[in-house]
Amino acid sequence: MALVSALLEIRDVSKAFGGVQAVTRVSLEAQKGEILSVIGPNGAGKTTVLNMISGFYHPDTGRIVLEGRDATTLAPSRIAELGIARTFQNIALFRGMTVLDNLLLGRHVHMKTGVLGAFAYWGFAQKEEVAHRRRVEDIIDFLRIQDLRRRPTGSLAYGLQKRVELGRALALDPKILLLDEPMGGCNHEEKEDMARFVLDVNEEWGVTVILIEHDMGVVMDISDRVAVLDMGQKIADGTPDEVRANPRVIKAYLGETKTNAPGGSVG
Amino acid sequence: MAETTLARLLQKNARDLRDRPAIREKDRGIWQTWTWRQYHDEVRDVALGLAALGFKRGERLSVIGDNRPRLYWAQVAAQSLGGVPVPVYQDSIAKELAFVWNHAECSVIVAEDQEQVDKGLGREDQLTALRLVIYDDPRGMLHYKHDWLRSYQSVQELGREFGAKHPGYFEAEIEKGQPEDVAIICYTSGTTGNPKGVMLTNSNAIALAESFREADDVRPEDNALAYLPMAWAGDAAYTLFLSLVVGFCANCPESPETVQRDLRELGPTTVLAPPRIWENMLTAVQVKAADAPAFKRWIFETFRSAAERAEILRADGKPVPISLRLACMIGNVLVYTPIRDQLGLRRTKWALTGGAPLGPDTFRFFRSIGVNLKQVYGSTETTGLVSLQPSAEANPTTAGRPCPGIEVKIADRGEVLVRGPVIFKGYLKNEEATREVIDADGWFHTGDAGFVDPRGHLVIIDRAKDVGALQDGTPFAPQFIENKLKFSPFIREAVAFGNDRAFVTAMIAIDLNTVGNWAERRGIPYTSYADLSQKPEVCGVIREEIRKGNETLPESTRIRRFLLLTKDLEADDAEMTRTRKVRRSFVAEKYAAVIDAFYSGGRAVELEAAITYEDGRQGVMKSRVQVEDVDARAAAHV
Repeated sequence: MALVSALLEIRDVSKAFGGVQAVTRVSLEAQKGEILSVIGPNGAGKTTVLNMISGFYHPDTGRIVLEGRDATTLAPSRIAELGIARTFQNIALFRGMTVLDNLLLGRHVHMKTGVLGAFAYWGFAQKEEVAHRRRVEDIIDFLRIQDLRRRPTGSLAYGLQKRVELGRALALDPKILLLDEPMGGCNHEEKEDMARFVLDVNEEWGVTVILIEHDMGVVMDISDRVAVLDMGQKIADGTPDEVRANPRVIKAYLGETKTNAPGGSVG
Repeated sequence: MAETTLARLLQKNARDLRDRPAIREKDRGIWQTWTWRQYHDEVRDVALGLAALGFKRGERLSVIGDNRPRLYWAQVAAQSLGGVPVPVYQDSIAKELAFVWNHAECSVIVAEDQEQVDKGLGREDQLTALRLVIYDDPRGMLHYKHDWLRSYQSVQELGREFGAKHPGYFEAEIEKGQPEDVAIICYTSGTTGNPKGVMLTNSNAIALAESFREADDVRPEDNALAYLPMAWAGDAAYTLFLSLVVGFCANCPESPETVQRDLRELGPTTVLAPPRIWENMLTAVQVKAADAPAFKRWIFETFRSAAERAEILRADGKPVPISLRLACMIGNVLVYTPIRDQLGLRRTKWALTGGAPLGPDTFRFFRSIGVNLKQVYGSTETTGLVSLQPSAEANPTTAGRPCPGIEVKIADRGEVLVRGPVIFKGYLKNEEATREVIDADGWFHTGDAGFVDPRGHLVIIDRAKDVGALQDGTPFAPQFIENKLKFSPFIREAVAFGNDRAFVTAMIAIDLNTVGNWAERRGIPYTSYADLSQKPEVCGVIREEIRKGNETLPESTRIRRFLLLTKDLEADDAEMTRTRKVRRSFVAEKYAAVIDAFYSGGRAVELEAAITYEDGRQGVMKSRVQVEDVDARAAAHV
């Protein structure tokens, strides 16, 4: 265990929906600058954990601590302001708006101009807009979507929509990026691109990444650490190699004890 | 006194044109401009940085990537120090790159980004001369630790320090430059064997630009889009040589995907594009028109046909009736100008097409809407230029008049010979090949078969070595026939066979976009290129297209049998060159089974094609393909 306190700590959180115990006493820690993957079979509670971090749900018991301060019961908007951005398993872009507008919207938490100031569009408001646009252009350049600026997001291919959604999360300038299956439904090439982007965001911008993903190849390749959930409980937590060799993980994936490591696409 | 090297021309431009725009790059969605003085200073800083890193006279520096100002500057910097730039195609596979870099003994590679750096650093053990890799875009380079690796910025910083310690070094190096020094080595893709390094000198480059300036209107105020591969001699001639001599501004697009939008934003006054680009533009217009409401479509079709009728009359030198002229004037306001505007051709003074023949329909379309489209002919060995059509004599069939200072004559077997100051110095490390193409009197043998028409225009028929004969002795020029087929929007590539045979046959690769679109409109489902190509409906359409092409051919050279390939011909599979010329002998060997089926009357053939992926891996694709007859009557002869 690291002696320095983690960037994000999840302590013993549980969440039940009616009679369904979705998450039971799960603890996770994300250290600054790492890529932490959360894997597990369908229904293991991965997305629920992510939803609790982003303030979408509040845990029944347990605590969520962000940079030493309690964030257990904060609203999603407050969590976003504290520097946690996310993408969704089922893309949640504004389909009728352009890529540029979607990304600028991601800058919303940083915008200070009021309605009147924005209406006059003079002095500070103008300067602020330019600064935000510059940041958005950096992201457009980073994600190589220069040709899509003016395209409505609804008209884009699925893999590109995923990319734009990542862009909108990045526009928040997050400390922690929560990615819910960013490669789900993507083809091989799109997966490779996305893996590259996640690595670059992590390495060059120093963003901590918490990733839910089903593609074991990608997870094992890019993660610093992997946590495994099964039936709402954490059954393993460690480096990719440790997790791969863990008999409980193998059992959860294959239903019986075998020497094979989990491989291929599960889900 | 006229300047004699490209580096001195840069000094002259920095002196005379000072704050005029020299080069632009669209970055973060905004066009960033560098003036000639800034261009000069950027080049100086890189050159001095290279000098500080031990780059010496005669050393070779390769650039790889999309068109970027920094890559152009690196080339001029190498020239300033008496070194030689070697631009390479960024989509080449690793083996081809290794060949060029080793053959040219490139010691420095300037790469656009991480992807391109990997091509050099990943195989450093095989690149014998390499000792320095410079990257432009720092993205993803954080964890690259290598003694040979430096950022472009750090090289320029080094250059500024070096310059402070050695004042006058840069100028003194430029002073040492000679007109006969090699200014660039462009590798020709070569339809046979390994690529050859074409050495072009400073005087070649300047002669080309001067000759072109005499033949056509080009000024410092002009704007051009630099989007063609830097390794192609055409881009070097246009973006480096012509821009340095004339002083016009070259503009680098944001990314290869944004070219069309950038073209429109920029509205360049001069455009150079291969036929493929013109065809794509026309297709885009046609698709938009087909999707427009009926009334708008009617307006478009009416005025388009009026313009084309007028253009045909004009080209034939016949008077255009007043009613048609009036229609064209209205059409200009309603249709032609808006289309030109949409395509980014509204301000275009002249537009050139070269490298391959352009279909007469496409050619006529652009001329009829008021784009001054003209054909240009040249090869890498002639610094990209031999002949050009004067604006008043533009037509879809000729290659134009030889440019000032360039002599053209036709040899015995119809081969086009060229002489003049634009003829290259020789192939790198291959004097034998040089002697084969430049004879004792200085004539360069182009390898193209052609003739000079009564007006004095050069007409190119085919590659001389490909011209053969059918069994009955009828001359057979495969490319001539293929071009007739390729004028169809449905056909992307065609390879004709017939030498020493009884009749002509062709292998055809459909155009996935247009045929796919056509199939969608008719509700024909398909999964892949291979699947689409074998649909009976598609076969029917192609048969119709072949019949149309046949009508323009003499009876004996008409295509009798054909086959639709299950994949496009690819440079990665060595079937074509990077500039999309068919490597005929290779294809004939690879598809021997097809040819056999053509002439033995076979109904179907098993295609087993080895395909090469971009990363160099190999795969095999197997499929059973129907051999078709163009019409039933012909089938009886087989």
